Amino acid sequence: MAMSNIGRPTQPQAAGTSSAHTSLTGARGLLQDEALIFEMDGWDKTGVDFELPDEDASDLGDLVRTAPIGLPGLSEPEAMRHFVRLSQKNHAIDLALYPLGSCTMKHNPRLNEKMARLAGFGDLHPMAPQSTTQGALELMDRLAHWLKTLTGMPAVALSPKAGAHGELCGLLAIKAAHEAKGQGHRRTVLVPTSAHGTNPATAAFVGYDVTEIAQTADGRVDLADLEAKLSPEVAAIMVTNPNTCGLFERDIIEIARLTHAAGAYFYCDGANFNAIVGRVRPGDLGVDAMHINLHKTFSTPHGGGGPGAGPVVLSEALAPYAPTPWVVSAGEGFKLVEEAEDEAADTFGRMVAFHGQMGMFVRAYAYMLSHGTDGLRQVAEDAVLNANYIKAKLSPVMTPAFPDGPCMHEALFDDSWLEGTGVTTLDFAKAMIDEGFHPMTMYFPLVVHGAMLIEPTETESKQELDRFCHALTLLAQAAKAGDVERFTGAPYLAPMRRLDETQAARKPRLTWRPEPTAVSPAPMAAE
Amino acid sequence: MRFTKDHEWVVLEGDVATIGITAYAAEQLGDVVFVETPDVGKTVKAGDGLAVVESVKAASDVYAPISGEVVEANTELGDAPETVNATPESGGWFAKLKIADKGQYDALMDRDAYETYLGTL
Amino acid sequence: MRYLPLTPADRAEMLGVIGAATIDDLFVDVPDAARKADLFDLPLHAGEMEVERALSALAARNRPAGAGPFFCGAGAYKHHVPATVDHIIQRSEFLTSYTPYQPEIAQGTLQVLFEFQTQVAALTGLEVANASMYDGSTACAEAVMMAQRVTRRKKAVLSGGLHPHYAAVTQTIAHAEGMDITRQAVAIDAEADVLSAIDAETACVVVQTPNVFGVVTDVSKIAQAAHAAGALLIVVTTEAVSYGLLKSPGEMGADIAVGEGQSIGVGLNYGGPYIGLFAAREKFVRQMPGRLCGETVDAEGARGFVLTLSTREQHIRREKATSNICTNSGLCALAFTIHMTLLGERGLRELAALNHSRARELREVLAAVPGVEILSPRFFNEFAIRVPGKAADVVEALLADGVVAGVPFSRLDPKAGMDDVLLVAATETTTRDDIAAFAKALKGRTA
Repeated sequence: MAMSNIGRPTQPQAAGTSSAHTSLTGARGLLQDEALIFEMDGWDKTGVDFELPDEDASDLGDLVRTAPIGLPGLSEPEAMRHFVRLSQKNHAIDLALYPLGSCTMKHNPRLNEKMARLAGFGDLHPMAPQSTTQGALELMDRLAHWLKTLTGMPAVALSPKAGAHGELCGLLAIKAAHEAKGQGHRRTVLVPTSAHGTNPATAAFVGYDVTEIAQTADGRVDLADLEAKLSPEVAAIMVTNPNTCGLFERDIIEIARLTHAAGAYFYCDGANFNAIVGRVRPGDLGVDAMHINLHKTFSTPHGGGGPGAGPVVLSEALAPYAPTPWVVSAGEGFKLVEEAEDEAADTFGRMVAFHGQMGMFVRAYAYMLSHGTDGLRQVAEDAVLNANYIKAKLSPVMTPAFPDGPCMHEALFDDSWLEGTGVTTLDFAKAMIDEGFHPMTMYFPLVVHGAMLIEPTETESKQELDRFCHALTLLAQAAKAGDVERFTGAPYLAPMRRLDETQAARKPRLTWRPEPTAVSPAPMAAE
Repeated sequence: MRFTKDHEWVVLEGDVATIGITAYAAEQLGDVVFVETPDVGKTVKAGDGLAVVESVKAASDVYAPISGEVVEANTELGDAPETVNATPESGGWFAKLKIADKGQYDALMDRDAYETYLGTL
Repeated sequence: MRYLPLTPADRAEMLGVIGAATIDDLFVDVPDAARKADLFDLPLHAGEMEVERALSALAARNRPAGAGPFFCGAGAYKHHVPATVDHIIQRSEFLTSYTPYQPEIAQGTLQVLFEFQTQVAALTGLEVANASMYDGSTACAEAVMMAQRVTRRKKAVLSGGLHPHYAAVTQTIAHAEGMDITRQAVAIDAEADVLSAIDAETACVVVQTPNVFGVVTDVSKIAQAAHAAGALLIVVTTEAVSYGLLKSPGEMGADIAVGEGQSIGVGLNYGGPYIGLFAAREKFVRQMPGRLCGETVDAEGARGFVLTLSTREQHIRREKATSNICTNSGLCALAFTIHMTLLGERGLRELAALNHSRARELREVLAAVPGVEILSPRFFNEFAIRVPGKAADVVEALLADGVVAGVPFSRLDPKAGMDDVLLVAATETTTRDDIAAFAKALKGRTA
């Protein structure tokens, strides 16, 4: 026979003590222990090629920088590898269910990415002559039409760059409206205790005092407390609906009526609009202003923290005060109203350079066209169905904060089921990482002890929901069975073990600096 | 040493009151990472914010239990906020106030009353 | 519907598990009056092909900057972005992740933010930088608010060379907070005018360099005057490539530097998303807005990164937060960091020199056009010219020759009385043919 001499074992050896195994280099299998770019000796490298200019910058004299900047460079293959290696240390919606309540981590269609990159959108200058940007202006006009129709509101300001920026837009419009009516003395904004932190922060940012409104035992705004606190000093209330407990405010129409009767405006935080889009119009609820997070309801990607977009729909009462610019139809085409004059004489001003998050507008509009009104309605229904399914499946092992009645798009649990186990909400969340899931939103809303807020979204299949509920059920059983170390030491299997946030905050190191003893080829920039 | 329901403690020497937070409060806060102490010369009324103590996930106001003028602040907490956790009722003091009304001090709880109060929480 | 995984059978089974008869049972809390039974007066769902067709038709009605000679700047610049940048930012792990609240499974995003912060600190010559703001204009407004917190003063002085949009945004925000904003008269080269407005009530002075007319200024003397009065100097830069050639804000005495980072890694996008750069002296770090990423160790002592100093932020401090910002420009920060890493110090300096050189060539050629006057004495890659007649009309006229000539200053500030001023920019993407075409068209139209 022709004897092969390249035989080698093709079955694994005995497993050994693999759980305690560590590598010699700090790598974890394919996950490299990746250095910072500043540690790669790239002080004279570059990944670009330019023709060198003919002339120097001698005309600028001593305006020119002489000291080194302190920027390393990498060749293209090195840069590619560095960032791809880093990417592999991230969880992502494309990898598994990402149940961050209030954050709406849903699938991001790639068609939308492709559309935003069409040269006619991606390579369009904001100050290019408007005769050369008619398609962009028309897209903004159509997006505005969809947003107004879906919310039942007469006007929309597109320029706010994110949800919190939208809140700012709404409150500035409210402030301007009060001032126009001689009601500028109104200084208080009412906010439920369960509100997103951005609500009180925004109110304070524009100079309002914040008063909290109590919540009822069933997780809604306490009408009696609201009535008691509505006074001629109140400028607005800010209510999230569906609220941060994942519940629809049953008395929403009465809340609006009481607010208006007191001469105040109703700002609705629209972060959870995805639960009702296509089924409920906020305009029918008495809302005066509401921001819409395009990066939540209309699925523009979160990108590790942004960018977002936060258009604000406005009632007739507030529309005249909307920020510039906005798009109007002008004869055959469209134009931007950019100055505070004529039709924009009452605007409260400008919130951003240029016109807002066009790249997000394109993505959101593509998302709307893809879904249509039937698809959007199905989005809301499936989001609510998925959340109630999780609530039903996990209620036997965890304690829902509001067990009676359905939830909307997110299921909220408290930590009473962990009592006596020695496991906290934080530990439980970290153990979820070892099971391959991103933790839910923890300790928010503040009104529920040890809160665990789970938002699956409509883009999860039943199989993925079952896989998720199975994992959480096993974890809950383990916690109750006294397997405490599984939780308190978690995560064990993630790219990193639990990080020391105390050290980070006590001795902040916010930039890389050369080790004092090391010889650095490039001094860092002067102070 | 006297105590408040907001978990501040006060030690009075002459007309100077030293103020900090109790061991119970320090434990509840978790690891203290930053303390903002008041400027010397600032006058505060009882109930006003006197200092801010921060853990990683929370920022808590420390209220002046007594009215007075700040005569000294514990600036060493700037570099060593962990002192608040290690010795909350001694080295972890925040500020010293020159007070005018000793009656405010007398009205505060003594140790026994404070311990009883903690039992009700 | 291609984006919705549930089948009718799934839905029926799940309703059974929940104990609901129909989906409507899950919406019982919605008041009857607010239930929308019928569909909206909008189209039904559409396939990928139809959507692509509709969007492409809209895109085709725009003239991209790359379609021909193009000279617009004024706070947004056409630069070449290496293909690697867009490839990496479209990776699922970066594109479809959230704010890194769980650091153990977000080290990719966090390490990039740490690298970003370090790059921005180096570029601006300051000690600390945050993980980004929405854009340069909102970063400018936030810087003014921060100066108010640091100095506990209410007055801000804005230079007349500050981009009019930036001035407007700052006025909108700071006015609501009760600040007193003084904007100096618009002038092409008069940053020193702010000196006379600084007094003991001044929280900050805001100066842009290169300014909206492209003029580069050494702000060291303004810094000294501000500091002597106990005020802060905020330096604004809307063209981040200029950091590669010019003295940094920190080197000239700035306390806070803010900028628009769009030029590095981020496309024009018709104005957004962009990326706000925000850097400051370390002693002010607790008054900074926005997210900060810091270094620490994990339970086994390995180096890692976390969001830190969060007690400044809205989700903890609520009404006492330094800002209400939550979502920022994370993915644009990634794009910035990748592009800046590809450039490195050498590439950035070359890129900056190339931009400056192209702009000088443009100036030489335009200066030779009869009727054109060059207004900006010292500039980086953008300058102002005076044209015969209204700049807006010249721009419209040159469109017929296929040239987008620049931004009429009147578009940014119609009340400044500068209708004949045109802002023109050149970058590494500007060719000699582009410059020649511009000059030829301008000669033809102004003759």
